[in-house]
Amino acid sequence: MPDLGRAALVTAFLLLVYASVAGTFAAWHSRRRLAQSAQNALIAAFGATAVAAAVLLAALARHDLSFTYVAQHTSRELPLGYTLTAFWGGQEGSLLLWLLVLGGYSVAAVLTARRVGREVLAWVVPVLGLVGTFFALLLVFVASPFATQPAPADGAGLNPSLQNPYMAVHPPMLYLGYVGLTVPFAFAMGALLARRTDERWIVATRRWTLAAWAFLGVGQLLGAHWAYVEIGWGGYYAWDPVENAALMPWLAATAYLHSVMIQEKRGMLKVWNVLLVTLAFCLSIFGTFLTRSGIIQSIHSFTQSSIGPWFLGFICFITAASLALIFLRLPLLRAKTRLESLVSREATFLYNNLLLVALALTILWGVVYPLLSEAVTGEASTVSKPYYNFFLHSFGLPLLLLMGIGPLIAWRRASLRALGRTFLWPTAAAVVAGIALLAAGAGSSRVGVIAYTFSVFVLASIVLEFARGTSARKALGGVGWGGAFASLIARNRRRYGGYVVHAAVVLFAIGVAGSSAYQTVREARLHPGDSMTVARNRLVFRGFESSTQPNHRAIRANIDVYRGGEYLGRYRPGKNQYFAEDQVSNEVSIRHDLLTGADLFLIADQVNSDGSVDLKALQKPLVNLIWFAGFIFVGGSLIALWPDAREERRLAERYEGATMRA
Amino acid sequence: MTLALAVGAVLAIAAVAVVAAPFVREPVAADDRLLPPDAAQQLQLARAEERDRALDALKELEFDHRTGKVSDEDYRAQVGMLRQRAAAALRDADG
Repeated sequence: MPDLGRAALVTAFLLLVYASVAGTFAAWHSRRRLAQSAQNALIAAFGATAVAAAVLLAALARHDLSFTYVAQHTSRELPLGYTLTAFWGGQEGSLLLWLLVLGGYSVAAVLTARRVGREVLAWVVPVLGLVGTFFALLLVFVASPFATQPAPADGAGLNPSLQNPYMAVHPPMLYLGYVGLTVPFAFAMGALLARRTDERWIVATRRWTLAAWAFLGVGQLLGAHWAYVEIGWGGYYAWDPVENAALMPWLAATAYLHSVMIQEKRGMLKVWNVLLVTLAFCLSIFGTFLTRSGIIQSIHSFTQSSIGPWFLGFICFITAASLALIFLRLPLLRAKTRLESLVSREATFLYNNLLLVALALTILWGVVYPLLSEAVTGEASTVSKPYYNFFLHSFGLPLLLLMGIGPLIAWRRASLRALGRTFLWPTAAAVVAGIALLAAGAGSSRVGVIAYTFSVFVLASIVLEFARGTSARKALGGVGWGGAFASLIARNRRRYGGYVVHAAVVLFAIGVAGSSAYQTVREARLHPGDSMTVARNRLVFRGFESSTQPNHRAIRANIDVYRGGEYLGRYRPGKNQYFAEDQVSNEVSIRHDLLTGADLFLIADQVNSDGSVDLKALQKPLVNLIWFAGFIFVGGSLIALWPDAREERRLAERYEGATMRA
Repeated sequence: MTLALAVGAVLAIAAVAVVAAPFVREPVAADDRLLPPDAAQQLQLARAEERDRALDALKELEFDHRTGKVSDEDYRAQVGMLRQRAAAALRDADG
């Protein structure tokens, strides 16, 4: 079986090399059949990669320890679910997943790109092929998942922190996001190479970009929840370089999703948009590099390997080649229109873009500074939480406010009178909320109060947008309130789906502000019968209990929780000792209060030999809004992604003439 | 091992067949060029995009006016220009 896996990967590699070389030749010399052949090679490469993935999956399912990869990342006692998720638990499997997802995206994007024009598609194929070639090359020559060895009695097991249900979906979601950003990049480069700077590449990649962005967002949220329930330190985001690696392309893609609307509506920002697409793609490769190279110390860097220089070389090549191409095509990318006013919808999009990119770049600097510092001075330095928090507050809070301002301002320009009218109610709601918060004692955190006040402003503006829009739609006649509301959304899914996503971001911000700025932390050493109090909860330690599972031994501290004399239940934080991996993991216990959105978070920091426990208890107000926001985010993304028959007809009519002959 | 080799061979043959398909299906092509849109078609495409942008801008203005985001004065100041632009774009696209 490993031979089949290797053969499939070599086949995929050769096909991708062919797609790149023959595709470039075909596009350059305008050869129709050769271009089609290169496209077919891209599709066939996906098939070959799928075979390789099936071989690895089968080896994992059968615990075939003669596969070095299987032996290094599983053990015989590892439950089947986690055994299968070990597919992406190590470097070689992760790279194979990258290639597999890229193949899937490439096939789907190329086959559905009906209106982009063959001359553009002919260039898209080699660009996709080139990216695929890089990953296939790594898999064939540098980090093969099909290396074999004499089968040991048992495997090394899977890192305990990866033995969590979230790991079944978090990495694939992130990869769907990372890899998906290749599609808009390839189409943008294809359009530039073909000297076509019309909007066809944008139209062709609209949904792919949105889907990749949504996957990346959901993947990060799942990762945050995984960190929250699994890592056992009481938080969900630690500005870890690998967490940042996923955030940066998401921020760049968010900026692009906004600025591309200005290009579609006003024909402006063409250079900026291709730069953003390039930035998002390069950051997604950089994120994979950070995770997989082992160049940084991170809880996510599960491997130390030699693929770092390959990635670095690829990132440098892609960045230099893309920038050179954009520079060469600058004359074609000049806008014909200009910004009419600094107080307009497009201007707020521009401000939002500048803030998003600034935030992404400051995070990038925070990630690379320790690496550069070490390379230059030989001494490792760290960029810690205050640095990131400073820029998050400096750029994030204005961004939050802009989410409320943008929808209230008209395109092109807005007069002060119109602004006064549209801003009145959201501003009033925000002021009332701010005063109420200060009166309620929330002033202990200035950032918290500002975040909440801005959040109320944004939520009020979103509600107002839906209310005014529905009212205007109803005024046209023929439908009731429900019909008008449905029609409003159906007629502009991207806008109203976007507003729902904005609402999700606001809920997320409220959850983050509440759980970080207003959390209560208490620590104590408790002997059986001792108690401690945190945020009106009395915690009584009743002693330990332990159990043995097939792959680990579990010890739990029994904590009874009371509030105002009422018994709320027994919670069991503790530790697991994994046999095969010879590692100990923290197992936290969380009491969710869905009514208030707060969590009581219990960590058994230390299990002492005298029968006592070092207990850490955190009361985290509103933290559940963060996870709830995830569902709203998915809902908003689906609304924006949902096919719009009216829009499809309009695009078909628009592109019919020019693409019929091409 | 034998099965793996057989599957591998099938995979390789299938890959070659898929890649060669355009040439097998059409061994001698009457016209093998990709035929990008000519200048007239590109102009038509640009005009169609401009037409959609102009109509969209007009619709946005109407909607923003109805929802109160654009005052009556702003509306009057902009609508004439946008209508003229839309009419011109429609003429160009049709012509």
